[in-house]
Amino acid sequence: MELRKFIKDFADQFDDTDASVIQADTVFHDLDEWGSLVGMSLIAMAKTQYGKTITGKEIRECITVKDLFDLVSSK
Amino acid sequence: MNYNPFSLEGKTVLVTGASSGIGRGVAINCSRMGATIIVSGRNEKRLGETLSLMEEGEHAKMVCDLTITDDIVQAVQALPKLDGVVHCAGIGQRIPAKLLQEENIDRVVSANFKAPVLLQAELLRQKKVNKAASIVFIASIASWSPSLGNSIYSASKGAIISYANCLSLELAPRQIRVNCISPAMVWTDLILADGTDAEQLKEDEKAYPLKRYGTPEDIANLAIYMLSDASAWMTGSNVNITGGAFYS
Repeated sequence: MELRKFIKDFADQFDDTDASVIQADTVFHDLDEWGSLVGMSLIAMAKTQYGKTITGKEIRECITVKDLFDLVSSK
Repeated sequence: MNYNPFSLEGKTVLVTGASSGIGRGVAINCSRMGATIIVSGRNEKRLGETLSLMEEGEHAKMVCDLTITDDIVQAVQALPKLDGVVHCAGIGQRIPAKLLQEENIDRVVSANFKAPVLLQAELLRQKKVNKAASIVFIASIASWSPSLGNSIYSASKGAIISYANCLSLELAPRQIRVNCISPAMVWTDLILADGTDAEQLKEDEKAYPLKRYGTPEDIANLAIYMLSDASAWMTGSNVNITGGAFYS
């Protein structure tokens, strides 16, 4: 798993947030567009693109995009 | 005083999805009301666990994956005549509409709509359903109450309700009744589909007027009513059972 690709895949889940503002250290909960539907998209993305199962609770415990990457990597 | 219009004594009832969740609760509680139950499910071991929790009786297992159409014919051949069928087998799914793929639609619609419809057709073709029997489908308030990521599940439940309405007309001449139960959230494995976690749901549960989600037993008791002679004049109905929750 590559961090740069993960960040791009993560950024793809947003419609109105410019991909350039999403970096490894971005606190994603603070993004205006972040919400439960994007969280659900992230769960689906982890499953379809990485074959990993993550939960809403685990996502809530992450702070930065890098934390999400580590979460999915650890599965 | 022996008056009990809710008794299921002398009735033989097929319960699908009986290896867990609402199906298991229905099988157990119907056996307590005196019914002879055929428990159906894919997993023989878990069906055995359901049987072990039931009142003693001449109960039987029907191990079958109802989404495999060819298996249904054979499984139905082995069944006795039925006074009731409770279609509980089903799966959940939470995927945003934007990300849906063909396989996501096929998986849910196959289990929640196509399988019960084809099983019901086969039961009727093989004349396994007695006169004045009762057919119950476990639908969901999801059919009219939207929630995020639930589009295909909701649609599959809406489809089964529409189907059941038509079936009730077709079977009425033989006094066979067809009804749906639409629960709100019930504590089963199904509601934990696709990463939904229990903590989140426990928060949501507090917003219910009766302060809790349902249990399989809550739903089983309504199924008992629908299977019993107490509901002899009820057909083509869809009953919401929600702990007071009313989403809009």
